[in-house]
Amino acid sequence: MSEALDLQNETRPDTAAPVLAVNNIEVIYDHVILVLKGVSLEVPLGGIVALLGANGAGKTTTLKAISNLLRAERGEVTKGSIEFEGARVDALTPNDLVKTGVVQVMEGRHCFEHLTIEENLMTGAYTRRDGRGAVAADLELVYDYFPRLRERRGSMAGYTSGGEQQMCAIGRALMCRPKMILLDEPSMGLAPQLVEVIFETVKRLNEQEGVSFLLAEQNTNVALRYARYGYILESGRVVLDGDAEKLRENEDVKEFYLGLSSSGRKSYRDVKHYKRRKRWL
Amino acid sequence: MNPTALRFGIWIVATPLLIAALGLGFQGLAAVDSSLFFAWGYFIEVLIAGLLQGVMYSLVALGFVLIFKASGIFNFAQGSMVLFAALTMVGFIEMGLHWTLAFIVTAGVMVLLALVIERVVLRPLVNQPHIILFMATIGIFYFLDGFGQTLWGSDVKVLDIGISKAPIIIAEGIFENGLLINSFDLVAALVGAVLVAVLAIFFQYTRVGRALRAVADDHQAALSVGIPLKTIWAIVWSVAGIVALVAGIMWGSKAGVQFSLALIALKALPVLILGGFTSIPGAIIGGLIIGAGEQVAEVFLGPLFGGAIQDWFAYMLALVFLLFRPQGLFGEKIIERI
Repeated sequence: MSEALDLQNETRPDTAAPVLAVNNIEVIYDHVILVLKGVSLEVPLGGIVALLGANGAGKTTTLKAISNLLRAERGEVTKGSIEFEGARVDALTPNDLVKTGVVQVMEGRHCFEHLTIEENLMTGAYTRRDGRGAVAADLELVYDYFPRLRERRGSMAGYTSGGEQQMCAIGRALMCRPKMILLDEPSMGLAPQLVEVIFETVKRLNEQEGVSFLLAEQNTNVALRYARYGYILESGRVVLDGDAEKLRENEDVKEFYLGLSSSGRKSYRDVKHYKRRKRWL
Repeated sequence: MNPTALRFGIWIVATPLLIAALGLGFQGLAAVDSSLFFAWGYFIEVLIAGLLQGVMYSLVALGFVLIFKASGIFNFAQGSMVLFAALTMVGFIEMGLHWTLAFIVTAGVMVLLALVIERVVLRPLVNQPHIILFMATIGIFYFLDGFGQTLWGSDVKVLDIGISKAPIIIAEGIFENGLLINSFDLVAALVGAVLVAVLAIFFQYTRVGRALRAVADDHQAALSVGIPLKTIWAIVWSVAGIVALVAGIMWGSKAGVQFSLALIALKALPVLILGGFTSIPGAIIGGLIIGAGEQVAEVFLGPLFGGAIQDWFAYMLALVFLLFRPQGLFGEKIIERI
């Protein structure tokens, strides 16, 4: 953990070239519901960036805007631009985007229930054209990162546990040979120990395979320990961003997202009052 | 041993026992009621004829299963695709093409049709509720029905690709007069078996087949790993179109190419309910049970009801299945974890 934080100065978005740049995007669902109201963020090459915020803040929408899965839900990016490695990717189909090297792991895992774990992983290689040998090698690589999947390779994904499904979903994304993974709520519904396992693997993938991560999380505490930079979303806007270390020290973040406060416990009435008075925007 | 293999194993053992029990039952009935007739040789003959007829139902049901698996749409137009394919094939043969050539050209037409359906109907309706897509397929049904007949005329046509219809007599030593089997039905059964084997291999072991099954499970997740839905849908509809063509050829050469071909889709419905909407082996076995069931019931129970059981027997069987096993014999159980 400390090792990750030591790197923070080198990986500040303004100092390193961003691999992913989201510039002031606005997202509208069904032509009427404005969900994102100008979100900008950057992910440096080889970085882990956390996207934090409460339910409905717009984390998932931001990720889906990047991965272009929005259109399948009748959402639309109406303003702003999204660049990956310096080229606009807003208009690409999810298929082309995966070929470019950006893949999303969706919230709630979304494994193919009636396929075995191994078949699930193999679907990740659908877009690849580099031959069976390379795909087989990557399958072994995924099994090395997630030994549990090797044991369950023949089981139908629908019958595996939540943790195994999360591993399967990440493994499946890895099979696309991505440069960047958009990871949506990896901790959802998992036991704390498993959450640590998943995040440890994310960190190893980042360090050893050079995969950049943008992860949306409600579990601010864990996310800020593994990420190097964080953005906090509220009601479709970025209200705060900074190095993970600094965010963790920030009084407001502590108060709102980490459940800590320097001034001791407050009574519930005070907290409500305080929240009502002091808003980000 | 995996559960599927085990299930098939049980079926293989259970089926002869079931048939024997059925035969004994009929024998008993015939002994009690003088209006019924029973002879073992005749029973088996009817059974075989029914099974072969069942394969013909399965051919139609297969097309439904393919599309239902990949997109969750019940394709009401499958019947008219069968008719359209058969009409087109006859049309090309009448233009002087050899039937093999006509087959290839018609297959091309069916692929083209699939592409058009994907582009004009499915793509604009993406993410709509299934009932809307179902309604759209009803539209396709009427369009194809009319379009085919406008193009090729509405006369009853003969489709002859040179399959012999001579009866074959087997097992003369065992039964008195032997067993009479229609050689055309036998060929149809073989064609069905080959088609199923090819499809099963395609779904289970190829990259595209795997992607098809992935799409069937979860559209969004399939999109997220870069599987292009449009391509997948076009492929599925093309395959369903070619299956419709094979069914059209078989039914067309058996019964003539005419409008009523489109209505055999209604016979495929109980087959699907029996076998499960998502299972290819289910479509086959469902077809066999329906085919054999209605023939045997007609011949051996018909007199009790005053005949014509054949018309409603399949639907009765389907109703019973809906009550006790709604996912069918081989349908996928809905896996739900919390």
